Amino acid sequence: MAAKTRKVTTVEKKLISVADVVIDAAQRRRDPTLSIPVRSLSNVTFDEKKGLIELGKRKQARSFFNVGMAKKFMQTVLVADALCELQRANLTTSLREIYYRTKHTIRNSHENTLDTQDESDPLIEDLEVTLAALREELHVRAENAGSIVGPLVLVDDGDTVDCARLGKGGYSVPSIVEPEYLEIRRCTADFVLLVEKGTQWNRLSEDKFWRTHNCVLLTGNGQPPRGVRRLARRLHEEKKLPVYVLVDNDPWGYYIYSVIKQGSINLAFESQRMAIPKAKFMGLSSADPETYGLPRNVGIKLNDKDVSRAKELLGYTWFQKKDWQTEIKRMLSSGLKYELDALANKDFQFLTKKYLPRKLKEKDWLD
Amino acid sequence: MAKRSRKQHRSKPEKPQRSTPEKQERSEESASAPAPAPRTTVSAVEMGARQREISVSEFFTKNRHLLGFDNPRKALLTCVKEAVDNALDACEEAGILPDVTIKLEPVGNGGPPPAASQATRFRITVGDNGPGIVRQQIPPIFAKLLYGSKFHRLRMSRGQQGIGISAAGMYGQLTTGKPVQIISRTGAKSPAHFFEVQIDTKKNEPLILEKKQIDWESPRGTQVTMEVEGRYQKGRASVDEYVEQTIIANPHVKLTYLTPEGETKELPRTYDQVPESPREIKPHPYGIELGMLLKMLQDTKSHWLSGFLAGDFSRVSPRLAEDICKAAGLSPRARPRDVLGQPAENLYKAIQATKIMAPPTNCLSPIGEQAILAGLYQHLKGDFYTAVSRPPAVYRGNPFVIEAGLAYGRGPEQAQADQQKQAIPLAEGEEEHGNEHELARVIRYANRVPLLYQQSACAIFKSVLDTTWRNYGVTQSRGALPAGPMVIFVHMASVWVPFTSESKEAIAEYDEISKEITLALRECGRRLGAFLRRRERAYSEQSRRDIFQLYIEEVVDSCNRLKGGKLPVAKLKEQLQKMAMKVTGGIKTDEVLGKNGSGPEGLPHSIIVTPEGIEGEVPKVIAEPSPTANGNGPHSAGAKDAEASTVTSKTKTETEAAKGRGHGRARREGGGRAAHRTKTDRRPRSAHATAASKARARRGKG
Repeated sequence: MAAKTRKVTTVEKKLISVADVVIDAAQRRRDPTLSIPVRSLSNVTFDEKKGLIELGKRKQARSFFNVGMAKKFMQTVLVADALCELQRANLTTSLREIYYRTKHTIRNSHENTLDTQDESDPLIEDLEVTLAALREELHVRAENAGSIVGPLVLVDDGDTVDCARLGKGGYSVPSIVEPEYLEIRRCTADFVLLVEKGTQWNRLSEDKFWRTHNCVLLTGNGQPPRGVRRLARRLHEEKKLPVYVLVDNDPWGYYIYSVIKQGSINLAFESQRMAIPKAKFMGLSSADPETYGLPRNVGIKLNDKDVSRAKELLGYTWFQKKDWQTEIKRMLSSGLKYELDALANKDFQFLTKKYLPRKLKEKDWLD
Repeated sequence: MAKRSRKQHRSKPEKPQRSTPEKQERSEESASAPAPAPRTTVSAVEMGARQREISVSEFFTKNRHLLGFDNPRKALLTCVKEAVDNALDACEEAGILPDVTIKLEPVGNGGPPPAASQATRFRITVGDNGPGIVRQQIPPIFAKLLYGSKFHRLRMSRGQQGIGISAAGMYGQLTTGKPVQIISRTGAKSPAHFFEVQIDTKKNEPLILEKKQIDWESPRGTQVTMEVEGRYQKGRASVDEYVEQTIIANPHVKLTYLTPEGETKELPRTYDQVPESPREIKPHPYGIELGMLLKMLQDTKSHWLSGFLAGDFSRVSPRLAEDICKAAGLSPRARPRDVLGQPAENLYKAIQATKIMAPPTNCLSPIGEQAILAGLYQHLKGDFYTAVSRPPAVYRGNPFVIEAGLAYGRGPEQAQADQQKQAIPLAEGEEEHGNEHELARVIRYANRVPLLYQQSACAIFKSVLDTTWRNYGVTQSRGALPAGPMVIFVHMASVWVPFTSESKEAIAEYDEISKEITLALRECGRRLGAFLRRRERAYSEQSRRDIFQLYIEEVVDSCNRLKGGKLPVAKLKEQLQKMAMKVTGGIKTDEVLGKNGSGPEGLPHSIIVTPEGIEGEVPKVIAEPSPTANGNGPHSAGAKDAEASTVTSKTKTETEAAKGRGHGRARREGGGRAAHRTKTDRRPRSAHATAASKARARRGKG
């Protein structure tokens, strides 16, 4: 695939710099050390002006001659090596394949370089932050876990895809949707509706909701993968479409919304390219059961985990808006959570025919 | 027992008594009858006609579970145990190093003998080289319950009541109908006597079926043979386990065990001192109850009360006796026989209220730290051994000594095997160490006899559970035994071990006893903790070096690939390796691992075994002239040689010198408290000091 006179890409250079750290340190008789930005709540800040979660400046040192870190350091270099191999061969791969590629038994021992994928995944994130290279740039893709349908035309690998002519199933959103891989040729929709669950997305798609309300329907089947988030962001940015989010009424639903809007704590460094600060929370709101007459018996009691998660959310800086505090506190005081599916209690098409039209009409959403 | 039930009967004549065995059966019958006939009233006369004395033998015939004959498997063990206990007691009292043979043969019921695991009958033969038994005493010893030399004196011995061996014989008689056969000889010049005896269960008297003089190859000793119903099954609480545990606590014994499967196990003697013969003591005033006091008052030969107190009890001086009399409001000149009722009770209270010195402890013969260490080391695989003897203590007026020992690890052979077994790469989800969740094993002893049943009812077991092993680097879940490859040894030596039942299976929980056990275990634990920490430190130093060594290869290879294969690999590797050496502290690892042969610092009475060698005072295996004397224990002669050869010459001479010292001191074992303390203090320090100074000197040179 790659031409013989291929130039060394910037990403490749960045990966090679990991080897240079080791070589330089060895020459100077220093302990080879990588400094990796800390990816935790304590090292993120919420930029209220931009509406983004941003990574702080704190870094952790990962040194080789430290018993606790030696293995991790070795693994990091190993993963960098594998990623560089991808660059040189111009291939993309999955996290799991990286894991298998780097796993082997260390010579003269019975120890494996890696034991589970849980060890290699964070290392890839570490390298992303350290080298300021996105996962897509590193040629690592996630599963195609999202779908899109609506009045838009995409060009994927030279194939023109009209998302209005793909039936109920729609187009499966690839994990890498950067302009060089996926072009948005045309989009006539008025807004983007990002739905948490596949069930409701299917319902809306089957009922041709996108046609009646002229919108793009997106789903990420749970926490939306990077491809879906990035595509929504591009639609928002390039086509100036407002983005509405429809999730379950529980702490996890709130968090999914906040990730779409401000970015996640873990991948705060990507907020710049992923987050949609103007995204709106369509529902389910804790006020909806009353407004839409959902009976109490379709609610689910909040468990201890839900409650503690909700309390955590109350503390996050990006949930400090008054409406949000009311929203979360209302859920806590009712002691119940509601799934999107619960709307079917009224009618199978309640979502399409009543709920969303009324929400849109009343502009009943949270920011 | 019989008397009491009769009394009960008299006071409540209308209720049929339930406590005598005959009646019990009757009541069971009537209970199972579906429709009870109209009640027939029984007159007191009729009842009186049924009432008669019950002999001890009759009582035990019906209640054999009280003596440990509940099921065939346990019965087989109990028979062996009783015979061996008697043999060892006899040998030790006579100052002879015991040489005991146990033989189990399956017996066919009128056909050829079946396989050991299928057999239901066994012939048990136990022979010793003891002093022998005089002719006229043979029948009552083996065929009369509650006959013996041990009940009436306060002296530490395995047997206590004189029930054991005759009960075993009676059990055989009951289940197979075969008499007990005894051969005994008191010396090379005396003839050997052969007896066949049975017990007359009604009268509790021996019946002699046959007696004759025979030719016997042994110059001295006793051999008893009995045929009993039993089951032979290996594993927990088996005869095999009993034999194994006996030899650990009795390293001065040579045991030959001929298993029912036709194997011969030779367990050699590993310690050549007969335990010091314990002295007999008088009862301590704190240890008796009122009833006992009344009986003693009646039986005494003294004419004055003060004389009785001073003469029949230990630790009561004439002056103290007068003080007690005064406190009780009695005349020291009173005739003991006249002290009855309230005055006797006053006397009892006065005794309890008076401060009396603890009983003498020379009646005890603890195993001793060296001997325990020898037993554990010879018969259990491990990396670490230690032993602790507590100073004597007292419960209810009975002196006792607690000893504890510990064997930890799987032995150097296993460690080496683990090191070699590294070829197969591990798949996801597979773990490196398979069986890390094994729990410790507790082996319990009372007066050198292993206790194999009712572990959880025993004070020893409870104290092991109550010890916080986590403090010593051993994992332990709540309310469970500590986890790890570990054997915990606890021995209680006392003139009177408080068993929870007649079958002597568990020690009762007196606070004083539990406290002593806990203290001994803690000391063992502390030493184990020190050992584990030391080993951990060495391991981590070494594994750190190993880690870097391993990872350097990986890192260098990856860097080389990242650089497109143009890296001076060897140079980078060398640079990194130099740094690894610097970081891990260079040659220190070898020192910490004890490769340069310094003794186990700060660990008295301990042995550490590593693949590189042995540290500590290693008890020597006593060379036996017997041609088959290659022990069946884990440390067989071959392994021993291999181990010995790996020890550096320096260590060898050191340990040999230590051995000499150890034995010299062990001879003086069993003295009073003061002697004990100086002994324990002196030994470790001297051994330690020399080792440490040597190590220092070596370091200085280097």
